[in-house]
Amino acid sequence: MSSNIMLQVENVTMQFGGVIAVDNLSIDVYEDEIVALIGPNGAGKTTTFNCITGVYEPTNGCIKYRGEVIVSNYPQGKMKKQYLGKNNGLYSKVINPTPDQITILGIARTFQNIRLFKNLSVFENVLIAKHLRAKQNVFTATFRLNYREERRMREECMALLEEQSLLNLKDAPAGSLPYGLQRRLEISRALATDPKLLLLDEPAAGMNPQETQELAEFIRQIKEKYKLTILLIEHHMDLVMQISERIYVQDFGKLIATGTPEEIQKNQRVIDAYLGVAEDAFA
Amino acid sequence: MDKKIKIIIYAALLVALFALLFILEQILPSYSMLFTVLKKGAIYALVAVSMNLLNGFTGLFSLGQAGFMLIGAYTYGIFTIPTEARSAVYQYFDGGIINFTVPVVVALVMAGVAAAIFAYIIGLPVLRLKSDYLAIATLGFAEIIRAVFQWKTLGPVTNGSNLLRLYPTFKSVLFPFAVSGICIAIIVLLINSSYGRAFKAIRDDEIAAEAMGINLAKHKRLAFTISSFFAGVGGALLAMYQTTIQASAFKSAMTYEILLIVVIGGLGSVTGSCISSFLFIAASEWWLRFLDETTYIGSFKVPLLNPGFRKVVFSIIIMIVVLFYRRGIMGNKEFSLDPIAKQFKKRYRRRKEVVGSNEQ
Amino acid sequence: MEFINTYLPYILAGISVGGQYALIAIGYTMVYGILRLINFAHGDIFMAAGFMMVYLSASMPLYISIPLVIILTVILGFLVERIAYRPLRTAPRMSIMISAIGVSYLLQNCAWYLTSGLPKQYPKIPWISASVSIGASTTTVVTLITPILTIVLIVALVLLIKHTKIGMAMRAVSRDFETSQCMGIKINSVIGITFIIGSFLAAIGSLLYFTNYSTVTPISGAMPGLKAFVAAVFGGIGSVPGAVVGAFLIGICENILKIKELDMTTFSDAFTFALLIIILIAKPTGLFGEKITDKV
Repeated sequence: MSSNIMLQVENVTMQFGGVIAVDNLSIDVYEDEIVALIGPNGAGKTTTFNCITGVYEPTNGCIKYRGEVIVSNYPQGKMKKQYLGKNNGLYSKVINPTPDQITILGIARTFQNIRLFKNLSVFENVLIAKHLRAKQNVFTATFRLNYREERRMREECMALLEEQSLLNLKDAPAGSLPYGLQRRLEISRALATDPKLLLLDEPAAGMNPQETQELAEFIRQIKEKYKLTILLIEHHMDLVMQISERIYVQDFGKLIATGTPEEIQKNQRVIDAYLGVAEDAFA
Repeated sequence: MDKKIKIIIYAALLVALFALLFILEQILPSYSMLFTVLKKGAIYALVAVSMNLLNGFTGLFSLGQAGFMLIGAYTYGIFTIPTEARSAVYQYFDGGIINFTVPVVVALVMAGVAAAIFAYIIGLPVLRLKSDYLAIATLGFAEIIRAVFQWKTLGPVTNGSNLLRLYPTFKSVLFPFAVSGICIAIIVLLINSSYGRAFKAIRDDEIAAEAMGINLAKHKRLAFTISSFFAGVGGALLAMYQTTIQASAFKSAMTYEILLIVVIGGLGSVTGSCISSFLFIAASEWWLRFLDETTYIGSFKVPLLNPGFRKVVFSIIIMIVVLFYRRGIMGNKEFSLDPIAKQFKKRYRRRKEVVGSNEQ
Repeated sequence: MEFINTYLPYILAGISVGGQYALIAIGYTMVYGILRLINFAHGDIFMAAGFMMVYLSASMPLYISIPLVIILTVILGFLVERIAYRPLRTAPRMSIMISAIGVSYLLQNCAWYLTSGLPKQYPKIPWISASVSIGASTTTVVTLITPILTIVLIVALVLLIKHTKIGMAMRAVSRDFETSQCMGIKINSVIGITFIIGSFLAAIGSLLYFTNYSTVTPISGAMPGLKAFVAAVFGGIGSVPGAVVGAFLIGICENILKIKELDMTTFSDAFTFALLIIILIAKPTGLFGEKITDKV
């Protein structure tokens, strides 16, 4: 665990109407780590991701990336009266970026229900992720004055696809791929944005143990190759326990435990809320 | 197929097309229906492609096309009426306040720019809306623009509710083909560029596109502005074709017709929009004309064939396409030389085999 | 007193046309609430009702033609749904909207064909087209009846939606289309009834409207239809009371703009659209609408 902090989620609360989805959550992720966020369904994990990536504006709290505040908000207007959460009054700035502004900082994500561009080819899916960093404007792009940038983007995408063994499918419509490959494509697409921090939302969803094992290897490889920090949401405990260095456990929006995989497996509160006990424990 | 060979073939086809049009103009009389269809078809093709850029490629359901065509048409007319003719045209407004003219090409560009500026301004609040609301908001703006252009107070510029006329027009069918052709070519270049891909991403999944770093507001505005630029140019061409323009003619019905053209051609296919424009114009202005004529066989009056029947049949055909052939003529594919090249390669290889076996 | 006398006719006309718009607007708002479809053809069904009255009353006495017009309009609305919208229920949203535009185009062209584009004179329905004086201004009975009739019908409709089984089914379907189907609600019946009610109200609206604006043309339905839709959006699409409030507001303001002294008559129509833009920007869910957040 390096000492450079990549992500700090500070006292983030997300309230929808009268329901608190994320309750005063604080998470730290250091450079080069693989950190997992686990918890029962509906615990608020994806909502947390959405707050980090700018899809939702948190009701209260702040988020820092490499020490700089990238998201900050406090209860205003109608929410002032309705706010049921804690730490009201700690924050005074309002910084609410759109998701693309978050991505350009170097934070990329995948989605719980794969969101590929189904009508576009595999290659185009990855190529689009290169758009944000290309040195061009609409005129140079239209009249092909950006041919060097275009060539660079295409070469980088081909390299990515080759590495993920997706090159032979590059012209197939993304929607026609089998599920496991779609997941891999989505991750490749996120990688194409040149991120430093990668947020994976249930990457192993719907996979069998064999595929999950391959995914664990895959995640380790890309982390090494692209020097990534990874924060993942996952229900497949084998994957979580295998690759994460630290774990945060969320339940009903609140943080209920944090620690190493060994510590979490022994944590009674976590076991009661989520993990349960292994069947042979009563034998 | 090698890219260079493709470009050469496309260029050759283009030259052949223009040569054909040129020849046709020499041999056929100028009042022939064919030219009406070709001229109007070329103009509608441009507008249809511009609408397809917005609706088909970016997924923004906008119904404001007629408004932008109106702006383009008027901008063109206002700035090209010869100074000597102004007092005749602006007879109720003392010759109008604009007293200079610009060359036709400049006016065409100005038409596009004017439409684009309006689009930019309108887009700022409106593009945030969800699809159905966007449709109605753009429709509303088009109607507001139409009302504004008929306002008496703006008469010195727009001639109020009177016609604009006596501005330069074109005679040859090559002119609209050339202008539309260049514009459509630019749109195609845009669609195949990085920005075109960004538009398609927005259409397929806005949230994923945003997560991949595509700023929605900026790119939607870009698509909207560019589409409206070309709608404006199309409007200017229409003004030239019709020789007179009047704001009241640019109703929402015009937008609906273009939308139907786009859908019949295939949302997301430029080739489809072009083909469908010509078919649409040909069918409505020419081929189905006989349906409007009261025909007698001997002394028996053929039922149903009365003025207006043409449009009824036409609407029924459109409903059939919309209900049963939703993808349109081309779906979202474009005309490509690749499948044709493949056919030739196959035959060439087969013939080689036959010849080879014969020689043995 | 002078003030009231000069402006009363405008306000009365506004309330009257507002009520007529309200009857049309309900059709839009209910269909949108359930199908998320802007029924572009609804205004043309209103127009078709007008034409039906013209032709039927030429050969039949009024006490037959009026109910017949209502029945035929309802059938027309039902058929449009069955033929042009139901097959596209699983298609992307744009397809069904384009179909609605296609139907509108077809209805207008059929009307043009049957009438050669000449405006037709609407028959004078005795009693409601009689003149009546209020203060120093004269107006027709229609102008007075419309708001009353409108409110009666709307109250009946709201009662239906709130207190009957079918009303509950309609509310369920507009909340969550798919789950309602899973719960055993006959979707086709609910949608059919929605269109029947909408067309019924449109037919009544046309009876009242064309008694005042006595000519019917193929495009007579376009403007009222569009305005009624704006009213529905203004009030919060899916909300019946909202559509009614919006409709009266539009009717009144539209007529105020016709006051000669203001010299804003060209903007009478544009006002409606300006209102639309403002509401879409300020509060897109309308006056009484609810905000829905998308789950990502």
